[in-house]
Amino acid sequence: MDHSGTTPADDQHPPADDSHLGAPLVELEAVDKYFGDLHVLQDINLTVRRGEVLVVIGPSGSGKSTLCRAINRLETIDSGDISIDGQPMPAEGRQLARLRADVGMVFQAFNLFAHKTVLDNVTLGPRKVRGLSKSDAEAEALRLLDRVGVKNQAAKFPAQLSGGQQQRVAIARSLAMHPKVMLFDEPTSALDPEMINEVLDVMEQLAKEGMTMIVVTHEMGFARKAADRVVFMADGQIVEEATPEEFFHHPRSDRAKDFLSKILTH
Amino acid sequence: MEEYLDIVRQYDVLGAFWVNIQLAFWAALLSLALGSVLALFRISPIGSLQWAGSAYVTILRNTPLTIIMVFMVLGAWGQLELTLATDFDLNFFWLAVVGLSIYHAAFVCEAIRSGVNTVPVGQAEAARSIGLSFLPSARLVILPQAFRGAIAPLGNVLIALIKNTTVAAAASVATETSSVMRTMIEFRPDYIYAIFFTFAIGYVILVTPVGLLSTSFSRRLAVAR
Repeated sequence: MDHSGTTPADDQHPPADDSHLGAPLVELEAVDKYFGDLHVLQDINLTVRRGEVLVVIGPSGSGKSTLCRAINRLETIDSGDISIDGQPMPAEGRQLARLRADVGMVFQAFNLFAHKTVLDNVTLGPRKVRGLSKSDAEAEALRLLDRVGVKNQAAKFPAQLSGGQQQRVAIARSLAMHPKVMLFDEPTSALDPEMINEVLDVMEQLAKEGMTMIVVTHEMGFARKAADRVVFMADGQIVEEATPEEFFHHPRSDRAKDFLSKILTH
Repeated sequence: MEEYLDIVRQYDVLGAFWVNIQLAFWAALLSLALGSVLALFRISPIGSLQWAGSAYVTILRNTPLTIIMVFMVLGAWGQLELTLATDFDLNFFWLAVVGLSIYHAAFVCEAIRSGVNTVPVGQAEAARSIGLSFLPSARLVILPQAFRGAIAPLGNVLIALIKNTTVAAAASVATETSSVMRTMIEFRPDYIYAIFFTFAIGYVILVTPVGLLSTSFSRRLAVAR
């Protein structure tokens, strides 16, 4: 293909079709964070558009989980700006809680409320934050649990479920808040191998339905199939940003080439 | 034997135990309420509340109970004229309850805090991520699990509290067990061993079920993870 006048990187590849993407939804500007002397996030600039599925990959310790957690301020940042849907993330208090309600989060360790049934896990936010009635919240929760395939587990406690089932409940719990964007912090890393796909299937379905998603994962298959864009992080920096096609077949940086050679050889 | 039972009846030993049970009951309720608030202070994100909570615990936990009880009578009532009931004896009873409560609240606070430590940090993060602010996430997610993880230490506080109700003697509650025991020994020194064992065994009977129950509840109510 001939794209005269474009940057060298575009020479071999068509630009990604991004016509389905909307306005910027999550914006990070010059974000820095330190853990003591360790500079875990270094001048991060990133924009995620409405409907976009962004996959963040990188070696462990690269800062990708911290990045994910900083977006709903489970981690504070030392400088820079993060805004969701045009609103800067408030530092604390009620406004922060309100903004967090619009940002779904799925954790590596599921973090379902251990003392509550599956159904109560999903209805807690809608009832206590959104003010839904018990019956409305439960009807919606059962619909969502059905959608992720665990409706028949609604009366059980989290510890009675398999990891894959727990993680799908956690996704339903996030969805119940009707979030504008969902963050996935290594959602399959704590799962037994045979349960990974049941969770990835749900996530792919969400992606197809147009949910804006930021996914930190080691699942390259998911990145290939569902991502609009891949961000590669190393040592607290965004080293590379590309379409999955471009990133997996023609990584530009040595760090990315090295990383991919290590994980794709088996 | 007949004479021993007469003495027990004459000095109303069961009535004396009933006074201590009432002291323990009200002090348990009040110290649980106050201790929960203090625990909330200590885990809150607000620095001044954390400071107030830990200052309270440090001071009250490290003050002898006898001194607190004497203060309740000589200081709070005698000087500050704090009156909790118009009836003279009942006033001392409630002053003793307050003294026991403010002292044991410090231990309740620490027991609940140890319960909070059994709740993984991810639970709080999940609560925050669905938009719950500090108080709702404490009330709906953290404290329910913390209490269930704190049953055994709370049981220990209750055991200490029941036995410490005898210090109410220092707050002029003359009808409670240790005061009654002293009177009995004074007037019937010929029965000193019998009297002593009556009270000792009475407390063992009173306190043992608390330990057994708290162990069984802490197992049964443990949060499965």
